[in-house]
Amino acid sequence: MATITAPPLSPTTPRPISSRKRHGLGRVSWVTYVVAFALVGVCIGPVLYIIIGGFRTNAEITTDPAGFPSTWQFVNYAEVLKGSIFWREVANSVICGVFTTLGVVVLGVAASFVLARYSFSGRAAMYALFASGLMFPMTVAITPLYILIRGLGLTDNLAGIILPQIAFALPTTIIILVPFLRAIPKELEEAAAIDGASRLGFFFRMVIPLSVPGVVTVGILAFIASWNSYMLPLFILNNEGSYTLPLGVQAFASQYSVDTARVLAFTSLSMIPALVFFSFFEHRIISGLSGAVKG
Amino acid sequence: MSEGKLVVTSSPEGPSAAGNRARKAPFPARRAGRSHWQQRLEIALLAGPAIVMFITFVMFPVVLAAYYGFFKWKGYGPPTDFVGLQNYVTIFQDSTFQDALRHNAVIVVLSLLLQGPAAVLLALLLNQKMRGRSLVRVLIFVPYVVSEVIVGTGWGLMLQTNGAINGLLTKVGLSGWTVDWLSDPKIAIWSLMLIITWKYIGFAVILFLAGLQSIPEELFEAAAIDGASYWQTQRRITVPLLGPTIRIWAFLSMIGALQLFDLVYIIWGQYVAATAGTSTMATYMVVNGRNAANYGFGNAVAVVLFLISLVLALTYQRFVLRRDTEGALTEGGK
Repeated sequence: MATITAPPLSPTTPRPISSRKRHGLGRVSWVTYVVAFALVGVCIGPVLYIIIGGFRTNAEITTDPAGFPSTWQFVNYAEVLKGSIFWREVANSVICGVFTTLGVVVLGVAASFVLARYSFSGRAAMYALFASGLMFPMTVAITPLYILIRGLGLTDNLAGIILPQIAFALPTTIIILVPFLRAIPKELEEAAAIDGASRLGFFFRMVIPLSVPGVVTVGILAFIASWNSYMLPLFILNNEGSYTLPLGVQAFASQYSVDTARVLAFTSLSMIPALVFFSFFEHRIISGLSGAVKG
Repeated sequence: MSEGKLVVTSSPEGPSAAGNRARKAPFPARRAGRSHWQQRLEIALLAGPAIVMFITFVMFPVVLAAYYGFFKWKGYGPPTDFVGLQNYVTIFQDSTFQDALRHNAVIVVLSLLLQGPAAVLLALLLNQKMRGRSLVRVLIFVPYVVSEVIVGTGWGLMLQTNGAINGLLTKVGLSGWTVDWLSDPKIAIWSLMLIITWKYIGFAVILFLAGLQSIPEELFEAAAIDGASYWQTQRRITVPLLGPTIRIWAFLSMIGALQLFDLVYIIWGQYVAATAGTSTMATYMVVNGRNAANYGFGNAVAVVLFLISLVLALTYQRFVLRRDTEGALTEGGK
């Protein structure tokens, strides 16, 4: 996986062997730029529609649904930010995201360490157990999971969201972290052993500091997944006071269905954190994801 | 131990004293002498919590579903009304479920056909050295990071009959193309595919770009020396060597398409999806299970969904992914 984070090998490095090669591989033709530009436009167009729509009035949106604001209205965003509903839902989402991330990181690093650096008979089976989780997203388990959570008395409780989310994030986490921890050189562990450190001591004093980059990747992935999670809160949280942002966006959209501009403002505010996190850690997330799938 | 020894792993300063010492000195037989029980204790301590969490919240529910699926149960008190396979008979005789299953099949196939070739072409294109490549890579990944609820809300508004898409078509003089994107049963599934493609193609492109970068450059040089054209090189070398990545992506895409819930439920809601022709097994499960408070039945649908996914996953791994263990290079030579 480390090879993926390395700078691209770029098989198309310009090397003018023949004129055909220069034409075909070396120079990037303007077609590439046109296609790339169009692709980017298609990808972020709808996101811009949501953000810009929040700066318009409902009358404008009705008469000209695909236009720019004639005058930029800040009132929609201001109304949302002034209301207590938005901030309560932000707080709930933050609590879920932070505790899910912490749980995933702590449990994931510990289990990955065992899988990466211990040799024992059940190791392959343990890895297969976690890897099998990749095949079954939450949809399959949601109905009985709801009954289980209700049995534990955790409905309308953020813990009822956090615990399953930790469990469901473990497969990706472990699949990303195991090769990462395995890449820590054997010599380091041997040196630590010579210096009298136990394997647990090695874990706490060397593995944890060295695995920070991998941990950041899985942590951000877990946070974004929690921030965007919809199905689990839909089942578990029925009381509006416990709503997280995705449920809040949906409730807001149906409550204010005639006030499109305000719905768009609410929607764009709720995607900011995931987008900010993503833009800061984009490189790690992308390499982590591709590493997980390839590994 | 001192902080300085940490340098051994990654620093370009070369091996430190600690590294040399470890290599020179024969590694002591300390590990062999270590008590077996201590290792077991460490394993239990470190991996135990994760295993317990995983089994409790991921595996156990599936077992629960298998049990509850044999009962007619409203979700309160212990299930007592054992009905055997009746729930399963009902599911497969229900034309609403058959519709949902068909929609799922269409979504699985169309996701592969629409996203796969397009993503390969885009990855080939973006793999060239161009200005702003990293910015492009970030921006095409944005739809993947935005939540399903936001995507659903935004696209739901844009695709209304008086929404932005029809507005845009009218503006550019294509008012003849304006249609009822969401409720016309002939069109709705294509609208759904449009949204799915938009949301998930960035993920495919990023994966394929990572796969492309692991292809050794020498192969391209050799092909160029042999006089291969650009497209010959891509078709004979790049795409075959990208095979393992494509097959893993296809697997993830199929599983995701089978489980599709959020987008459909948010855009079409529980009542409209079936008539608009976009309902999936998952929305069927939620509508007829939880929303109707028929938990026994809902669990039976969950079991059906699980078994279909499992059969597909195992078949795929048996017949498709197995090839990848033979190694990418030998395969490319075939």
